[in-house]
Amino acid sequence: MKRVYINSVGSISAQKTYENNNFLSEIIEYNDTVIPALDPNYKDYIPPAAARRMAKGIKMSIVASKIALQDAGLEQVDAIITGTGMGCLRDSEKFLSNILDNDEQYLTPTPFIQSTHNTVGGQIALELQCKGYNFTYVHGSSSFESCLIDAKLQLEQNEAQNILVGGVDEIGEHTVKLLKLVDQIKTEPVKSSELLLSNTKGVVFSEGANFFVFSNQQQSSTYAEIVGVNIYNTLPKDGISYTAENFLKDYNLSVDDIDLVVLGNNGDVRYDDYYSTLTSGIFKEILQAYYKHLSGEFHTASSFGFWLAANILKAQSLPDLVKLNDKNISQFKNILLYNQYCGENHSFTLLRKC
Amino acid sequence: MSKGVAITGMGIISAIGNNVAENYQSLISETKGISRISKIETTHQNDIMVGEIDYTNQELEDLLGLTPDNNYSRTAFLGAIAAKEALNNANISDINKYKTGLVSATSVGGMDMTEKYYYEYLENKAHRKYIAGHNAGDSSQKIAEQLGIEQSLVTTISTACSSAANAIMLGARLIKSGQLDRVIVGGSDCLSKFTINGFKTLMILSDTYNTPFDDNRKGLNLGEAAAFLVLESDAVVNSENKKVLAYVKGYGNANDAFHQTASSDNGDGATLAMEKALQVANYSPKDIDYINAHGTATGNNDLSEGRAIIRVFGEDVPDFSSTKAYTGHTLAAAGAVEAVYSVLALQNNVIFPNLNFKTQMQEFSITPQLTPKEKPLQTVMSNSFGFGGNCSTVIFSKVG
Repeated sequence: MKRVYINSVGSISAQKTYENNNFLSEIIEYNDTVIPALDPNYKDYIPPAAARRMAKGIKMSIVASKIALQDAGLEQVDAIITGTGMGCLRDSEKFLSNILDNDEQYLTPTPFIQSTHNTVGGQIALELQCKGYNFTYVHGSSSFESCLIDAKLQLEQNEAQNILVGGVDEIGEHTVKLLKLVDQIKTEPVKSSELLLSNTKGVVFSEGANFFVFSNQQQSSTYAEIVGVNIYNTLPKDGISYTAENFLKDYNLSVDDIDLVVLGNNGDVRYDDYYSTLTSGIFKEILQAYYKHLSGEFHTASSFGFWLAANILKAQSLPDLVKLNDKNISQFKNILLYNQYCGENHSFTLLRKC
Repeated sequence: MSKGVAITGMGIISAIGNNVAENYQSLISETKGISRISKIETTHQNDIMVGEIDYTNQELEDLLGLTPDNNYSRTAFLGAIAAKEALNNANISDINKYKTGLVSATSVGGMDMTEKYYYEYLENKAHRKYIAGHNAGDSSQKIAEQLGIEQSLVTTISTACSSAANAIMLGARLIKSGQLDRVIVGGSDCLSKFTINGFKTLMILSDTYNTPFDDNRKGLNLGEAAAFLVLESDAVVNSENKKVLAYVKGYGNANDAFHQTASSDNGDGATLAMEKALQVANYSPKDIDYINAHGTATGNNDLSEGRAIIRVFGEDVPDFSSTKAYTGHTLAAAGAVEAVYSVLALQNNVIFPNLNFKTQMQEFSITPQLTPKEKPLQTVMSNSFGFGGNCSTVIFSKVG
């Protein structure tokens, strides 16, 4: 079985992550309930005429994948695997409201086409002229991790050598209203730095695209090795620690072997105790970090956490702003990521320094 | 890798039957399930035909024994019914005895409820429970819960009309690699105003019965369905002494990289998918006894698929037919619906006819099978192609 490496990254997020030579050196502090992703200079990547027709989810993904391909020194990949919770949400909203507002008349196909979940994967394939394997996973907060499982399987068996993998979601205006009605998005603004102190229901909602080239060949650009990924549709709160330890055991590791845990805390008072069970329990003595105060929450926000962990392993440094506690670490070797959303679709991901 | 992937159970609900036995009866008696739409109010009522399932949501809720406070979309209802039949059919009583996962496919997800209450949500609390059920993964979470799958791998694939074929493919790979011992794979999609209008804008809906591979074909009929297969490893089959219905022998996925919604003229992606599937199965084209074609009856698909079949099989194209004339195009569920039909074909040594065909296509000389045909079958190839250039092929066989 071959080992699997993260050979490159490309990130569009609510932070200035679109330049790979800049690892969170400047942080944008928000005080809001919804934070849009920052626009890179799209013109540098997509002809303006084409960009005008594209949904933001598609544009962000094409830019993030081009950055990732460039970073890996590749022009083509063997497969494209995309994860998205909701796909190009704005077009779905646009098509649906046109149906309802105009009594099913005067509709145009573009928003319908862009509303299909696999439109991003299809557009990237078109852009790269990549006729290889092309999958789209749409399973809530484990959409991105489903991609990881799939890509890892193929690379381990050498069915592919280079795979473009990414997570993308976009904000939709009407959906934001609806999610506020059911306490999934906070109704009162929260400062980024105070996200975990809000003590309120819901999350600070956002969007983004994080793409990576995974390979079974290590090269000079390599960020880290992907050691393991597991997803769980359910997990009882009192079973989290047991599951984490079992997951590590599969790779002959114990809690003490972990140099850093990267957690998906999103400041929703109802569900953050899944994380605190771990941080005040088995990982109490381990260095801890979080990221959703920077990226906001969305179904594929964990792909930003993955981007963060990959960068930490490559740079061997941890930005102060993501620290949940303080420990002296001489070297970052093993990083464990844990994420869930609303108590469902949990994932553990283990990355290792190369 | 030599490990087999056994199919030990299946379940289905479609416009031609509420379970596997009813679907089979309709297939061999040439009974189609296409009619005018009755459960969705649409201005297109008189200019489209659909493959609608008889049960109302209330009836499905009762069948599943759910309490009225549930927030199931029709996609979730249908999926739960079919997945439970599959589990029963596989004689599984203790789901957690082996490492069991679920890979489901959908394109509509909870859109049927969202489109009903989209604006009403803002004013009225009554239906807000459905907001959380909108995202595609929610239907799979509910199906998993209905099956008793906990703390395990549950995921959802959405690659338009090839989705369920891809769910079968991933499931087979998870078994082969040993990540799971058992996995329930398939898909579910209900009819919705959203998809009806979407396909309407693309001008590929027929105003009458769809006629796959006919020269005068006018487009597709949308349908709703759910279908699931239980896949088990050799180890589980041996230790439980399981009856095997058929095996997933090969699979291939490729992208046409041609257009967001249309297939390339020569079916590049389709050709690649079929070739890859043959390669995985270690078969040559002559080993295929029957092709259950995607055959949506759109001008574009049937031409592109037909040409791709000729590219792969040359002069010796095996018997082929599309069953879309029975069920309509059930989108993300189609690959699983047709997987069930492929297994039924193998079990009963019968090829189901391509209904509604009258006129030979001018672009090539291959003709689908037009009447039920009894013939010993060892292998069936099933094609599923979708928007975004997604092309998938799965091969089923009697032996592992």
